[in-house]
Amino acid sequence: MRIENVVCPFCGCLCDDIVVKVENNHITAVKKVCTNGRSLFLNAHTGAARPTVDGEEVAWPEAIDAAARLLADSASPLIYGLSSTASEAQRKAIALADLLGATIDSTSSVCHGPTTIGIQSQGEPTCTLGEVKHRADLLIFWGCNPAEAHQRHFARYSVSARGKLTPQGRKDRTVVVVDVRPTRSSRSADIFLQPRPGCDYEVLSALRALLKGETLDVTEVGGVGVAQLAALLERMKSCRFGVIFFGMGVTQTGAKYLNITELLALVAELNDYTRFTAMAMRGHGNVAGADCTLTWQTGYPFAINFARGYPQYNPGEFTAVDMLARREADAALIIASDPVAHFPRQAAQRLSQIPTIVLDPEVNLTAREAKVVLPTAIYGVSAAGTAYRMDNVPLPLKKVVDSPQPTDEEVLSQIIARIGSVKK
Amino acid sequence: MVPKLILITGRTIKQGEALHKGKDSDEYRQATGFVEMGHLDRENLGVEEGQRVRVRTAFGEAELELREGNLPEGMIFVPLGPAANALIGVETRGTGMPDSKGLEAEVESFGTSPPKPALSKVEGLGGIEGGLV
Repeated sequence: MRIENVVCPFCGCLCDDIVVKVENNHITAVKKVCTNGRSLFLNAHTGAARPTVDGEEVAWPEAIDAAARLLADSASPLIYGLSSTASEAQRKAIALADLLGATIDSTSSVCHGPTTIGIQSQGEPTCTLGEVKHRADLLIFWGCNPAEAHQRHFARYSVSARGKLTPQGRKDRTVVVVDVRPTRSSRSADIFLQPRPGCDYEVLSALRALLKGETLDVTEVGGVGVAQLAALLERMKSCRFGVIFFGMGVTQTGAKYLNITELLALVAELNDYTRFTAMAMRGHGNVAGADCTLTWQTGYPFAINFARGYPQYNPGEFTAVDMLARREADAALIIASDPVAHFPRQAAQRLSQIPTIVLDPEVNLTAREAKVVLPTAIYGVSAAGTAYRMDNVPLPLKKVVDSPQPTDEEVLSQIIARIGSVKK
Repeated sequence: MVPKLILITGRTIKQGEALHKGKDSDEYRQATGFVEMGHLDRENLGVEEGQRVRVRTAFGEAELELREGNLPEGMIFVPLGPAANALIGVETRGTGMPDSKGLEAEVESFGTSPPKPALSKVEGLGGIEGGLV
């Protein structure tokens, strides 16, 4: 069976033109997909797996009961992950956090959390990827490397995509890459600027000063020549539709959210001259959905605590790395994420010291440390659901094979119901 | 010893592919168990590609395979993964985000003394083998 227009759930591009071949409920081939997506579909664990408690296989009711009791007994539970599950499951996770008085945080906090903080203080002049494809004639990739992290971004949405006002694709666009090192992405650029590490704020400030007509009494800022910056600024002012895509190179270094505030201020000010926009290169398939779902359920996008019976927001306090490093979480529920593989070691180690429950299709590194492991279906492969693309456009994920496993949404619903009876 | 290099961590195509093959797979170990360094820094350090080196930051250290890459002088790159995590601290300065890029780091060759066993088991971290000390 050939299934067309499948949405790949791996990264924030959510490419929706994938073709999947299925024979006898097994994926035998995947077409139009990048190497990451192909590896996801072809290595997907869609067979039966039993939950475990303390490493021993148990029946589902027993595992749900164990998870519910651990969470109900916890004084300060942490719910974390959410970026590779569907928004339907994210809603349930938030309901569970509310019920428990827990802290809930998504992988945004170690990804584009600083972007969100920047947006909250500055506003976000943005657009959809459709507008980029059809209109953008100036593309700036700042501190991101889509050629490795979002492999089809260039072809589907940006560099070589052919749109209504960009019929010649690559020839109709100027591509600028700003990065501290040459990358696969910078090979595709017409202009490559290479600031010194940690100098993005200074370079962005210099561009803003030049835009305001100031004269800089230096020849270079952060390793980039002022003449180069002035030339870039002229391109920015004179383009028809410009966009800055930005990534971890700006969120994980130096001034963090202040880098983003400066970048968004520059983009807003450029709108005095032309249409200019910015967009975060969101990593996981539904990390944008985690921000959206948390925001429409609680008013806040990440780092939320329900201990007082209402949502409180405070990055640095209710973010997962901080909660774990300060030993403030005494139990953890990890949904569709692998913090042991991706957190600083001191934070990751805390997860092996407290009772941890993992909902994930894979037995990942966090699952190996967990007290309770609940193997679930894979949204976009063996379960249907909703995910938000990096431009916050929601797309329906398809189920291409059947799975005996329950979905994250179903398991979370069962835990919520069980906690209700445990607490009585 | 090469003093004070700047460490950048990040995604690579192979790290992304290997994720789905399992984090105990050889592919994942190879995709996340190396440090990249520019030609000049490698020559200054006096090590060959493929040799194992020790990377150290204020927060931890990791033993990694050295590879030469197109990097500016004074910069090293380690792919996202367990080894990178060992080098990153937990201070987020009120943002939730650790400093995952732009950390000061040192790289030390093993010289003539034999390296520590490359495949050491890490307690409390899922028994990941390779890349960590």
